[in-house]
Amino acid sequence: MSDDLRTLIVDALVEVAPEIDPADVRDDEPVQEQFDLDSMDFLAFLEGVAARTGVEIPERAYRDVETIAGCVTYVAAARSA
Amino acid sequence: MGEFLMPTLGADMTEGKIVTWLVAPGDEVHHGDIVATVDTSKAEIDVEIFEDGVVEELLVGVGEKVPVGTPLARIAAVGAEPAVVVEAAPPAPVTVPETPAAAPPAPPARPAPPPPPTDGHRPRISPLARRVAADLGVDPEEIAGTGPHGSVVRADVERAAGTTPAPAPKPAPSPPAEPDRATAMRDAIGALMSRSKREIPHYHLALDIDLHLTQRWVTRRNEDLPLPQRLTPAGVLLAATARAAAHHSDMNGHHVDGAFHPADGVHLGVAISLRAGGLLTPAIKDADSLSVDELMERLRDVVHRARTGGLRASELAAPTLTVTDLGDRGVDLVHGVIYPPQVALVGFGAVRSRPWADGDALAVRPVVTATLAADHRVSDGHRGALFLREIDRLVQTPEEL
Repeated sequence: MSDDLRTLIVDALVEVAPEIDPADVRDDEPVQEQFDLDSMDFLAFLEGVAARTGVEIPERAYRDVETIAGCVTYVAAARSA
Repeated sequence: MGEFLMPTLGADMTEGKIVTWLVAPGDEVHHGDIVATVDTSKAEIDVEIFEDGVVEELLVGVGEKVPVGTPLARIAAVGAEPAVVVEAAPPAPVTVPETPAAAPPAPPARPAPPPPPTDGHRPRISPLARRVAADLGVDPEEIAGTGPHGSVVRADVERAAGTTPAPAPKPAPSPPAEPDRATAMRDAIGALMSRSKREIPHYHLALDIDLHLTQRWVTRRNEDLPLPQRLTPAGVLLAATARAAAHHSDMNGHHVDGAFHPADGVHLGVAISLRAGGLLTPAIKDADSLSVDELMERLRDVVHRARTGGLRASELAAPTLTVTDLGDRGVDLVHGVIYPPQVALVGFGAVRSRPWADGDALAVRPVVTATLAADHRVSDGHRGALFLREIDRLVQTPEEL
């Protein structure tokens, strides 16, 4: 897993929910449940991811990016495609 | 002599503390300007002025807590014109009975605080810095700010704390002067909801709504749209509720002083939970006249500001009907409690795949349970049922919303 990419994605998460301590983020647990984010926060998170990585995640891929690990994998794949 | 009054800050907020004055005597103000920030039990709120004029005198200093309706400043008309009466907010239909807002015995005008030392604007301070200042016993007014526009940031506070001899050391177990925000918010919500349960004869209805047409439409639209323009089914439900409310005046308005006053527009209150606990219900004004896209944009904006600051007093005073959507939390059904003096509350649960009878065949459809809590002093179950059925009818043709 790309550590740089993970850092960017966690940054996007912390921007939406500033109370999150990046050290507490568990990569394999859906972020919405882990941090009590609603669908509006999740959209804002994906916007942050797009701004930082240049990868826009389509709605049909929401399932694939519900965890940090899934998000890193998806963005890495989209970039190398 | 115009007076700028502490505006109504929402039904459960009866007083406010001036946190920052953004204007000083001599400043010209214009309709819509934010002139002060006010702290209530629930949030820091931007307070706008709704007239043009010149600030003559500030009557309430930073840090003072006063009831809704108290004169905060004297405003004169621009130039040599005679002073005008200035309202703190557009004629808000919401009045809070517990508050002596109707005729507050004007407190003796206090001397205005000395003019700020800078360019006529008090230095701003970030909420974090203010908390740190309180914890460290530092007076934020005496700190030189290095943040944007000279605002005081945390580092300034810590620097000041390090170089300033601490004031009288606080005895460790001293009780806090005021309850913390979470406690105060709980108290405020509790008081309003108790009043609702005490005064409002609620009735409750529920209707399962098939959302497959809505969901198909939303999915198809979102395919082509960049993230910031994507819709959620919740946006469609809000839009449908607003449209339906425009045709059901007995669901949209306020019950005040023993009588129901239907509202002119639909100002849809949206219950927004705060992650630290508690909730705010700012209004999306004239929601019935907005397209789904516009409504969605306003929703995102207001959710963002509810959580990060910057809600305006006029938004909190305005709701004529509130919607609570707990779908994200995975529950099926909301038994709503009405926000007085409103007379109805619409609740949505989770959109879930459920077995659904389609004619004489069984299908699996995305279904949401819509609920209505409404006030028997104003309407009956029959009227409430028509209202819910209209919401159902409208979401079946989302492209027309």
